[in-house]
This record gives sequence, C-alpha cells and structure tokens, in this order.
Amino acid sequence: MDTTLLRIENLSKTFATVKANDNISLEVNKGEVVALLGENGAGKSTLVKSVFGLVKPDSGTITIKGEVIEAGDTAAAIRHGIGMVHQHFQLVPVMSVAENIILGDEPHKGAFISYAEARESVKELSDKFGLDIDPDAIVEDLPVGLQQRVEILKALRKNVDLLILDEPTAVLTPQEIEELLQVIRNLSSQGVGIIFITHKLREVLAVADRIVVLRNGKSVGTATPKESTESSLAQLMIGREVIFRLDKKEAKPGAVVLEIDDLYVKDDRKLMSVNGLSLSLHAGEILGVAGVEGNGQRELVEALTGMRPTVKGSFSILGEVAIGKNPHAIHTMGVSHVPEDREKDGLIATLSIDENLVLNQYKNPPFAKGWIRNIAAVNSYAAKMIEKFDVRTPSGKYPINSLSGGNKQKVVIAREMSQDSKIIIASQPTRGIDIGSIEFIHNQLLASRDSGVAVLLVSAELDEILSISDRIAVMYGGKIVAILDPHDVDRTQIGRLMAGATQ
Amino acid sequence: MLNTIKSFNFKSWKFLLSVATVALWIYCYSANMDITNSVVASGMRFGMPLALASMVGIMCERSGVINIGIEGTMLLSGFTGFYVASYSKNIVIGLVIAILTGVLTSFVHAMMTIKWGMDQIIAGTIINILASGLTSFLYREGSTVPNTWPIFDIPVLSKIPLLGASLFSQLGPIQLFGMFLIPAIWVMMNKTRWGLRTRSVGENPGAADTAGINVIRMRMTNVMIGGAIGGLVGGFICLELVGSFSKDFTAGTGFTALALMIFGRWNPLGAFAAAILFGLAQALATQLQIFGVNNVPNQFITILPYVFTILVLAFSAGKVRPPAAAGKPYEKEQS
Repeated sequence: MDTTLLRIENLSKTFATVKANDNISLEVNKGEVVALLGENGAGKSTLVKSVFGLVKPDSGTITIKGEVIEAGDTAAAIRHGIGMVHQHFQLVPVMSVAENIILGDEPHKGAFISYAEARESVKELSDKFGLDIDPDAIVEDLPVGLQQRVEILKALRKNVDLLILDEPTAVLTPQEIEELLQVIRNLSSQGVGIIFITHKLREVLAVADRIVVLRNGKSVGTATPKESTESSLAQLMIGREVIFRLDKKEAKPGAVVLEIDDLYVKDDRKLMSVNGLSLSLHAGEILGVAGVEGNGQRELVEALTGMRPTVKGSFSILGEVAIGKNPHAIHTMGVSHVPEDREKDGLIATLSIDENLVLNQYKNPPFAKGWIRNIAAVNSYAAKMIEKFDVRTPSGKYPINSLSGGNKQKVVIAREMSQDSKIIIASQPTRGIDIGSIEFIHNQLLASRDSGVAVLLVSAELDEILSISDRIAVMYGGKIVAILDPHDVDRTQIGRLMAGATQ
Repeated sequence: MLNTIKSFNFKSWKFLLSVATVALWIYCYSANMDITNSVVASGMRFGMPLALASMVGIMCERSGVINIGIEGTMLLSGFTGFYVASYSKNIVIGLVIAILTGVLTSFVHAMMTIKWGMDQIIAGTIINILASGLTSFLYREGSTVPNTWPIFDIPVLSKIPLLGASLFSQLGPIQLFGMFLIPAIWVMMNKTRWGLRTRSVGENPGAADTAGINVIRMRMTNVMIGGAIGGLVGGFICLELVGSFSKDFTAGTGFTALALMIFGRWNPLGAFAAAILFGLAQALATQLQIFGVNNVPNQFITILPYVFTILVLAFSAGKVRPPAAAGKPYEKEQS
C-alpha cells in the first residue's frame, strides 16, 4: 500500500525578481513529521502556502493521496484534508473560541447556527486530542498559547490528513513548546502527516522523523534527527559553519547605571503586573531576565523606557531619578530600547530603511540643520549602517516592509546601538529571526558590553539567556525571584524557578 | 424573581433613562394627546429613512467596506424611481427601478473598492458627486407620481394604548417593511452562518479566507444588499414620504445615517433606536417651529437634532470599536 500522503513535484514560485521556491520536490508520508528547516526568506512559508492554496505556484504539481490539487485554491486544499496553523494567527479576536473554530463550516439548522452543537463539537475535539479550552471564551482575552490551541483545533476539526504548522513555537513559552511537541507526537501517532516549519534546531531534533532543509528557495538536503547534530543542520541551513559558542570575554562590571527600587506597574487590564521589583544593572555587563512570558517582563521594560506609567516605587538612570519621564527624555538620558514588538514599536512600516535608521536622531546635525533636513547625510549614513550591520537589501530607499524579520531587527539594532548610549534595554531581540541574524545580534550585544555599556536582556529563550548573560535574573509573578551565575546553573534549575518553585 | 429584582441595578443610566422617557411620554399624553401622537408618528416617519440608510452602512462596514456613498446611492435611486414612476404611471415599477439603481450603484462602488482596492472614501465621494451632478443635470420640473400607496393599521398592535396610535397606525408599505427588515438584519447578522461569515470578513478577512470563505464574494454580496436597501430608502423618500423628487433631497441623510450607525455601535437595533431618537428630535423641532417660540430664531430650532447628534456622538464615541478590517481592501498575502 502506498503510504505517501503528499507529493510536491518541481514546484517553483517567483515574486517580482526573487525566486522564493526553485524547483522543490518533497514527500510526506502518513503519520510522518517532516520538519522544514531554513533561514528566514529561504522559502519555507511560500512552499507551505502553495500547498494550502494561499499562494499560486508558477509551475509544479501538488498531489495528495494520489490526486492532483488545484493550485491557488484554499477551499480545494481544505477539501483534500489539508489544515494549516499560521505563524500569525488567523483568528477573529472579538469572537468566541467556538465561533472561530466553526467558521466556514458551521453546524446549522437552516440558515441558523446551532451554537449548542458548536459547543459540543469543540468539547469533543478538545477531549479527543487533550487540548483543553473554554468554547465560550473570547479569543482576544486568551494568552497566546491558548490562541494557538484554538488554531490547532480549527484545523483538526476539518479531519485533516496533513497538518501544516508554520513556525508554531515562535511565540510560545518553553512549557507551551513542550506541550505542543507532545500534541504533535500525538497527532502523528493517529496517522496525521505533519509539516513543521521552524528554525529552532532543538525542536527539530526532538520531534521530526525527517528534516528537509531549504536555502535560498532550493531544497539543499534531507536528514534524519539520528544522523544530525545542531551544528550539521545549521551548516546546511546557512551554507557555512556556525559557531554556537560565542567568543565571549570575561565581563568587567563597573558602576551601577540602572537602579530599580521596589517598582510596581500595572498591565493593560489594570492588574498589578510588576510587583515590588528591585534590581541593579552595572556598566559593562549583560543581565539576562529569564521568565515565562506574562510575568511582568513586558510591563517592566515599558516602564523603564517611559512607555508605561508606574504605580509605586522608583528607578534611576545614572543616578538620576527617571520616574514619570517620557520615552524621549529617557532616551536622551542614554537609554536605547530594542522593543519586543519591532513591527509595532520599533519601526515605521511605510518609511524607507534609511529613514527608519535615523528615527532617533533625524533632527540632530548632520541630519538636519534647523528646520531643514539633510537627506543626503541621512542616505550616506544609512548606507554605512546597512553595510556595517549586514542588512540584506539592494538599497536603503526601499520600504522597511520589504525586509525579512531578521533584517528588520538588524535595522532596529543598528539604530539603537549606533548612538552613544549607556544602557541598552533589549526585549526579545532575536524573536522569530534566523540563526545567522541571531548570531550577529548576539555579537553586537557582546561588543557593546565590552565597550562598557550595560545591557538588560529580556528574553523568553532560555538558550539565549544562558549563552550571553553575565548574570541571570529569574522573574516570576512580577518579582525577581533569584539572581544566578550562568556558569553554575542548569536548565532544569532555572526552569523550576521560572515556574514559581522556591529555591 | 426576587433575585432578579435585587440584582437589577436601579441606578444604571439605562434604567433611569427609560423611566424618564416613559414619564415624559405619559406627561405629554396627559397634556395633549393629539399633538403627542402626531409628534411621535412624524418622528417615526423622519427616523425610518435614517434607520434604513444606516442599515446600508452596517451591511457594508460589518463586511469590511466603508461606504460614504449612501447619500449618492439614495439620490440616484430616488431620481430613477421617481421619474420611472412618473412616466410609467406606476409607483410599484418606480420602486423596483429605485432598488435596482441602488444595487447597480453599489456594484460600481464594490468593484472600485473590493475588486480594484481603491480608497474607499474616494470611491464613496465619487458616487456622491456623480449622483448629485447627474440628477441635477437631468432634473425636469413639474413631474408627479400618479397615485399613492395604500395605508395600513397593523392589527392588534395599533390598538395598544399610548403606543398604538402613533407607532403602528397609518403606515405606508415601505415604512411597514422597514419595521420588519431591521430586526431581520439583526437576526441575520447575529444568528446565522451568513452573519458569522460577514462579521469575520469585516474583522479579519485573513481568518475568513483560510477558513475557505470567499472574502471578495462575501463583501460584494453584502455591499450590494446594502445598495438594494439604499435604493429602497431613496424610493421611500421620493415615492412615499415626500411624493416628489427635488434636487439634492437627501441633504446629508446618508452621512447622518453613518453617524447613527456609529452611535448604535454597528448594531442594527442600536442604529434603529438612534435613528428614531433623532427623528423624534426633528419632529419636536418642527413642532416648536409651528408653535413659534417667539424670541428664538428658527435656525436655532432647526439645528437642534444635529446638535443632539453631535453631543451624543461626542459622549459615546470613546467606547465604540468599529469592525477591525473596515476600510481595508483585502488582498491575498503574497510573502
């Protein structure tokens, strides 16, 4: 019996002048987990979107269970049992969990939706696959991990044979990732074929049956987890060797530059989110703040950068009290900020790369003389930055949105690090970007540290914290629960502290 | 039962407002029944075209298309409806033509905004300017419509004391139809598959698309149903309410309707209530003019309903949230 579920043959797709997919062939068997590995812009998303009918390929065929499916037709893909969980959730935030799950295929009596039946079918699904959820909850009120659960349930409800997961772990906490990997194993044991896109090597090795690596739109190799190591995969992905051990000199911590004293901050729902937090940051060190997301990290960073009012307590920058100051004032005190959400807080989508690079100094000489801007100076400065920070673009005149995630982040980093700042607050600086860019950004942070800048690194990636921090502060429930030395801790110990265990 | 009463918040503004309204109504009745009845009835008559026009806005915006061309749609349909009725000597044919004109106009709007991704405000403005120019240019004086519509009393409902005489008697067929159409739209929007899909397309078209819903078709259909309602309103004003066509007779009705739609939070029933409130304010202003409040210039009384709208909008605007994708053309992501 033929166990081939999906067969992609010679698929190509070109956007404008970029070959996103170049003659790719791929097979997925029943119950097989195929990991699609590659840097950002390697063509992984384009490939799976072609399979799901969201993108119409220029040439090539897609066959599922022996039948050729029509190109560029989502409805046909769904009919053939293909389900997809998108990187950016495709949910309607104001609607309930049940409404989101039944959308497009609603249980009904005549024209009317049968909500009782909808609730029942959600309950049934969540019991069957062990994905617990309240069908009546409004999606926008749920944490990210549960929203993803809704996405998965949505796909499962259509009796999928093939489930595509587009970077499902990018937004999850370590615990949520563990749960998700378990769900994937569960599904594959029930015969569902899975395509799993990621650039996190650890996950690939943990869950995949087969690994397909894409680079620059081409399929460059297939491997099994048994015969691969993280570095062999990374080399395939990037096309050169990657040094995982960073070249890290001993830190030379200096005076305290940021002193946080008993700080209280409320979140968007008006709940106390930072709960009497105290912390000091020294010049010339990288202090990594580890913690499960939602334990007040975001609110802490926003308070420190002046984006969110504080309730109680204070913090001072270079000895000067900075409470109640606006973001611009804090910025001029010598604080650079690499925000968690680069699209929303870090960049202006419609402006060019050049202009985004000078957002923090466009009105200072040489970029402006009084009221008049000096565009030539901006352009020549930006060209230098683009080269120095290795932003992959033909020209700085293009809109920032033409860049991939990793390159966008490089623009933010280039802007924030090129000024003469004393403190860098970096929140999730490598989220959702490729290994090559991550390596580059880590080296930049280390270089800043060596030149005497203090770095506050907030990250949900434990590996990141462990590899570049000089001290690790574990945050739980809005407080720092432990300060650890990265040389003598292990992952499980930090994991326990992050989950709220006492030492 | 006791718990329900206990848990009811007697200090909530909604409760106080309803008590005040009922008290005012009873007071007015005891003071002068005939005038009260006529004010309420004409409030309904003023309010109904507004309410229906705001349904056009709701149909479009809930599916993600901002339509400021309601004004033009009504103008064009009123025009064609009236002159076709006048030449054919048949008001039913006139009304059908008015509705078809509305569908056609909104089809043009839909092609511009949905298919070609044009700026929706500009598309609406084009419709409005086109309608105003075309109807003024082709306008001929002296035409009349041949006959009038029959008038109904709704059985049972028209016998209700206090309400019946003013709300449910002496209704023309279009007004009658409106009273059923608006709740029907609410039910369709909130209880049916079609409604869920419409709302999803207006909130997150990407989500709808991946669920296999044809976003373009959904939006086109909704905008054109909206157009049909817009044509109906145009026909209603020219053939039933006023009985003639005058240049630019809409006079901002379409835009007022959009304001009422926002006030009603994109909810058909809310918009209906807002429109009736506005209609009552207008009827009251007319009544004040008839009585001639001596030392106040007429103009100030005429602006009362508008001042009222501005105030209401100003106080309620902070809390409203439009459909998230309203105004954004949908294109399949190409990345």
